[in-house]
Amino acid sequence: MILEGRQLTIGYQDRVVGTGLDVQLAKGEVLALLGPNGGGKTTLLKTLLGLLPPKAGEVRLGGAALSASSIRERARLIAYVPQTHVATFAFTVEAVVLMGRTAHGDLFSRPTAKDRDIVAGMLERLGIAPLAQRPYTMISGGERQLVLLARALAQEPQFIVLDEPTANLDFGNQGKVMREIRALAASGLGVLFTTHDPNHALRAADRAYLLRDGQRIAEGPVRQILTRERLQVLYEAPVQTITDASGTAFVPG
Amino acid sequence: MYWRAGIDSLPHMNNARSALPGFAIAIAVLIAGLLFALTVGRYPVSLGDLVHVLLAKAGGPRGELSPAVESVIWQVRGPRVMAAMLVGAALAVAGTAFQGLFRNPLVSPDILGASSGAALGAVIGIYLSLGVFAIQLVAFVGGLVAVGIVYMIGASVRSRDPILLLVLTGVVVGSLFGAGVGLVKYLADPYNQLPAMTFWLLGSLSATSVQDLLPLLGPVVIGTTVLIALRWRMNVMSLPEEEARALGVATGPLRIAIVAAATLVTSASVATAGIIGWVGLVVPHLARSLVGPDFARLIPAAAILGGGYLLLIDTLARTMAQVEIPLGILTAVIGTPFFIWLLASVQKTWS
Repeated sequence: MILEGRQLTIGYQDRVVGTGLDVQLAKGEVLALLGPNGGGKTTLLKTLLGLLPPKAGEVRLGGAALSASSIRERARLIAYVPQTHVATFAFTVEAVVLMGRTAHGDLFSRPTAKDRDIVAGMLERLGIAPLAQRPYTMISGGERQLVLLARALAQEPQFIVLDEPTANLDFGNQGKVMREIRALAASGLGVLFTTHDPNHALRAADRAYLLRDGQRIAEGPVRQILTRERLQVLYEAPVQTITDASGTAFVPG
Repeated sequence: MYWRAGIDSLPHMNNARSALPGFAIAIAVLIAGLLFALTVGRYPVSLGDLVHVLLAKAGGPRGELSPAVESVIWQVRGPRVMAAMLVGAALAVAGTAFQGLFRNPLVSPDILGASSGAALGAVIGIYLSLGVFAIQLVAFVGGLVAVGIVYMIGASVRSRDPILLLVLTGVVVGSLFGAGVGLVKYLADPYNQLPAMTFWLLGSLSATSVQDLLPLLGPVVIGTTVLIALRWRMNVMSLPEEEARALGVATGPLRIAIVAAATLVTSASVATAGIIGWVGLVVPHLARSLVGPDFARLIPAAAILGGGYLLLIDTLARTMAQVEIPLGILTAVIGTPFFIWLLASVQKTWS
């Protein structure tokens, strides 16, 4: 199954953000979306999720137009991990993850025992089972990111789309989220994430997609695509490379 | 938005496992309210007599039951008790739903102009010297029209934050309808109509008769049933729009259904009892501190607690002083300090 955008023109009612965008994501692979602020990363994510209709072109999932499927069918195939935010209500961690099961019931149905089992399994998988009864408002940012990831997994999707999953996380938690992203792909999911750190793309992604001013600058296997020259063009800023025996890292110059 | 941070983590840090004690407290409040409301008053009825009256109705022995006691229970207090329970439950459930929908624990059923629309309808009805039932109908239509206008403006103006737009539109339309109420009061006959309008705008259940119960019962039962049936989706509806849709909820139609149901119960309550503010703000908070923020439990708990709360308030209103105190005044006296406390406790956690 493939999630793809064909010749997408993306944007909002009153403005166009990007044009002529082709994106492909297969199951079991990780695609990183990089680019400067305001370059259209989030708009592209929302378009691929079906939250924002493309102004031209088409998003296709498994060979069929995404717009032809219902919002519920979509949620069972693609899950979205938004940037962590402060919640209004102090739902328990378990209740938050249980919301991931919404698309598997109908409008009036209550969560089933199976739903609760799946939720417990996902909490276990991400190592946050002890937090199950804690209010979502009272846990750390890193824990919250994992909770949102668990909620996405509870949707039992084929694809997961993450918006800056490492933003606002400390160093250790960034590493943990990167490892989880690799593990998701290893378990057969297609993963798309945005990031501001090319090193995270190098570390966790198979392919990178560079987006600037709504245009694709380059796309391909991370090690080929992420070079100092391209990153300097992408961010219009000097970039330095640090290389040692274990690999390469980029730092802003 | 700044108050979002910690407001609901305050009173129930452990909102966890069992909600049973919380429900037990809510039911206890309701039962206490019922006993209090049926026995206390100008014509006191003892608990024994009350049980006797209830048993007699159920086919038990009549004994030497005084007809006066029976008539106090069934004709005078019974309808009023029913109305207080229904109105309290309706306002509490509507408030809970609106707070979830607008992701803001400080909103109440008045927010979309339902109360001010119903108020304008009612004063126009009184001004035109319509009958009681017709006044209720006009009040009800007024509430629906106000919310309809708010919703249409909200849908036709483009905005990045449709929820905020809707709330602000509600405030603006509400104040316009408030001006309409002022105009009608200004034009009204100061000897007959104006006192009736004032009395009604302050909220009261004193004139409730058995005939008033039907137009109240229907809409309240329908609206509350819809909200209770949708309670499993309400958690998701309290998330940001795009997140809710990504979880598989068609937020547009569902939001309309919830707003319509909450407006229905609010308008019906206002049409029967006049403007009774604050119940829809205070009770959801109390219920949340009893059973936690999960709407699946919160909505039924708010309904039970709201019924008991307004029963207690209404009984106080008719027994505290020689003359009846308008309900809206009592709920405001309780509600305003509560709101200030809420704001203050939010400021603390915010920093």
